[in-house]
Amino acid sequence: MPSGCLTLFIINKAGGLIYTRHFSQDIAPLNVNDCLRLASTFHSMHAIAGRLTPVGPPTGIETLEADSFRLECYQSPTGIKFLMLAEPKVVALDALLKQIYIIFSDYVLKNPFYELDMPVQCDLFNIKVDALVQSK
Amino acid sequence: MAAANKNHIRNGEQAFQKMDKINAELFTLTYGSMVQQLLKDYEDPNEVNIQLDKMGFGIGQRLIDELLAKSNVGQCSDFRETAEVLAKVGFKMFLGVTGNISNWNQEDTEFSLLLDDNPLVDFVEIPDDLKELKYCNILCGVIRGALEMVNLRVECEYTKCTLWGDDCMEIRVRLLEKLEDKYPFDDDD
Repeated sequence: MPSGCLTLFIINKAGGLIYTRHFSQDIAPLNVNDCLRLASTFHSMHAIAGRLTPVGPPTGIETLEADSFRLECYQSPTGIKFLMLAEPKVVALDALLKQIYIIFSDYVLKNPFYELDMPVQCDLFNIKVDALVQSK
Repeated sequence: MAAANKNHIRNGEQAFQKMDKINAELFTLTYGSMVQQLLKDYEDPNEVNIQLDKMGFGIGQRLIDELLAKSNVGQCSDFRETAEVLAKVGFKMFLGVTGNISNWNQEDTEFSLLLDDNPLVDFVEIPDDLKELKYCNILCGVIRGALEMVNLRVECEYTKCTLWGDDCMEIRVRLLEKLEDKYPFDDDD
């Protein structure tokens, strides 16, 4: 996919993975257990990083750059983490994640049958996220 | 402080522009019929007050994310700022009106939210036998739910209502506990 985005994770404030979306056709998606493990590990790393910061207020991990990928995290003030894995060349992921937060607040939280902190299974949300990522 | 206030008013206006609007009458009448149905179902205004608060709590838990996502509000520096954001951004975004904050207590943990204009009560007159009904109690629940999601545990009391003959609506908000610094590290202690 031209956008270079690979995978989106959404983690609730307790560290549980509530949403995964793979965008790449070239790379096989991780299996579900690995995703869950990654999410809770990242949640802990984020908390530790925030704790270690000598200057306040602590924000935790925002970006992680590696040779082969880039990870961007946006945490809402309510504690929901939006995590995007992308190719290293991709920029302005933070703005994209804020857009996803807006879509999340509309199409997930306003769905009366969605229970807070539970896994997200909303087709409308999938459609909007795909459209947004594709248009990037 | 005054400059920050102006900022929040502007934030509120900008966020309000982005929101989808519905016909105010449809909104008011929908709320009215809901309260009416609750009164039929529970047959006790005090029980209806409790139900409204519960419903509001659920709404607030969800709405807070929309406020944070769509307005330019960041972390609040203190409870005073939280109160201003609530009145100037929150109420503007979702009800189209702004509230005023006053009557702070000495410790800055308790304030009154005053609403001069409240679309929920248009057309409403409360009959004498329902004087205990807190018609807009849902707002107390919304505030409580929203603030709880940002780690502020508050208690809301519906103290004045234009429907009771007061000149404005007043909700007294009391901060009970701030959870932010503890989370998530006190699991074991």
